[in-house]
Amino acid sequence: MNVAVCLKQIPDPANPGKLDPETKTLVREGKLIMDDSDAYGVEMALQLVDKAGSGEVTLVSMAPNDEVSGLRNALAMGAHKGVLISDPVLQGTDALGTAKVLAAAIKRSEFDLVLCATESTDGYTGTMPVQLAELLGLPAVTFAKHVEVDGSTVKVQRQTESGYDEVESPLPAVLTVTAGVVEPRYPSFKGIMAAKNKPVDMLKLSDLGLDAGVVGQAGSGQKIVSVAQAEARQAGEIIEDEGDAYENIVAFLDKLKVI
Amino acid sequence: MALSTIWVLVEVSPEGKPLTVSLELLTKARELAGTVEAVAWGPSTASIAATLGAYGATKVHDVGDLAGALPGVPVAAALAQAGGLPDVILIPHTYDGRDIAGRLSVKLDKPVLTNVTDLRLDGDAIVVGTAIFGGSVLLDTVFTGSGPGLVVVKPKSFAAEESGGAAAEVVALSVPDTGASNGAKIVNRHVEERVGPKLDEADVVVSGGRGLGEAGNYQMIEELAKLLKAAPGASRAIVDAGWVPYAYQVGQTGKTVKPNVYIAAGISGATQHLVGMKGAKNIIAINKDKEAPIFSVADLGIVGDVHKVIPKLIEALKARG
Repeated sequence: MNVAVCLKQIPDPANPGKLDPETKTLVREGKLIMDDSDAYGVEMALQLVDKAGSGEVTLVSMAPNDEVSGLRNALAMGAHKGVLISDPVLQGTDALGTAKVLAAAIKRSEFDLVLCATESTDGYTGTMPVQLAELLGLPAVTFAKHVEVDGSTVKVQRQTESGYDEVESPLPAVLTVTAGVVEPRYPSFKGIMAAKNKPVDMLKLSDLGLDAGVVGQAGSGQKIVSVAQAEARQAGEIIEDEGDAYENIVAFLDKLKVI
Repeated sequence: MALSTIWVLVEVSPEGKPLTVSLELLTKARELAGTVEAVAWGPSTASIAATLGAYGATKVHDVGDLAGALPGVPVAAALAQAGGLPDVILIPHTYDGRDIAGRLSVKLDKPVLTNVTDLRLDGDAIVVGTAIFGGSVLLDTVFTGSGPGLVVVKPKSFAAEESGGAAAEVVALSVPDTGASNGAKIVNRHVEERVGPKLDEADVVVSGGRGLGEAGNYQMIEELAKLLKAAPGASRAIVDAGWVPYAYQVGQTGKTVKPNVYIAAGISGATQHLVGMKGAKNIIAINKDKEAPIFSVADLGIVGDVHKVIPKLIEALKARG
């Protein structure tokens, strides 16, 4: 069983995000790390390959400046190899353009399953995985909270507004997995050392046979015309509890006529 | 100036009712375009034609029963080959809505804007508003190419108001052959029973977070919610930890709520959570850490231990009867 996992390398979300004043796109410079949301897909892939008894987990990522730090995080967890597409012309690429790039990279090999997070932590458009599936001509099951492979079928519990659906799909397929679907393992010391020598295939856009016009700012078909600060909500009264702060809550609810 | 035509995707609940978000989008569409039409799927579109008409749709394009397929592939395929596509297609920000948007985006080779919370016109161009960085920065975006513009809008961005229109005319929209991409089928549906009012409709919401310490303590949140006729909610942290089902989650990846009162108990207020609740009229936060970001949006902040404050609050509310 061969599984591809789409992995986004993002600036540390603990640091406040920034927009480039010129292009008004997210600033993605400095050290990037693996998006936490992708750790679930990596773990799921490792478990599925392990259960199948053979196969590989391949990471596929698009990032600026030949960035591989985030890929190394996932290779340290146990993924077998990586593919990185890094090219200056990709700056400003939107979700559809990203899907085109990743689809072209994924088509270079054969996979039984492609796993993605439901959405990235920094951009959270949440459409890239389905766009990828459409470009690959594959079925997609989004918001998978339980995944089982049975021969050439994948059985998924898919989150819904009111509960969940049991969905079955033939392989190959694209899945997006929710956080919490599995518990991502911590990389072992051995894993971290091994990750340094695992292969990462470095690709440019031209290696994928894609035209520069479909990616980057020009290919995005959208333009940010204004950036404004939202009106900040004012903090109200803060009380240190001395054992009777519940009375303040009762009084507050009373004033609002909720009780 | 206004747009000529907008289509609104109407998602229908398992009980056969249009989701409120679709009615919100129909209402907003009336303000932006001369003609508003709906697109719906499922076994009984005819039964909602009157409701859709009342919210301003003159026509409903009916994709019909999907025979167990997930909506993404067939609905997008039907739309992609429909004649006379509109200037803009408004899509609810739901599980199925995003699936349809992604598929349609590729089929039409058009960008899609998601997480949208505002729409307005600048001349005859649609300006799409989104909030980033936890809602602290507002962006306006325009499409630079030809339409249709694909716009995925968050629930609760607009109010739903009837226009008193006549029932929408139902016209069939056929699904072309979709091939291997339509292979995923729903074999069984599970509805998780929830007690009390619905999270996104409740006047009061009581949410718990990691500060509760362990799964068993969520029962406090449920008890408090019951006393206040509130809906119980949760932060992503405890949903990921499996303490409560995903349907309880408030935040970026969960529900957006705008109740009269929101009580956050043991929730630190990560950006992910704030996005989903800071539209509440009144916010009460209880947290041990006085530096917690939740206090920056709270009207009443209690720096204290939820395990002490909430039981006392429950006792006091019970005593009032």
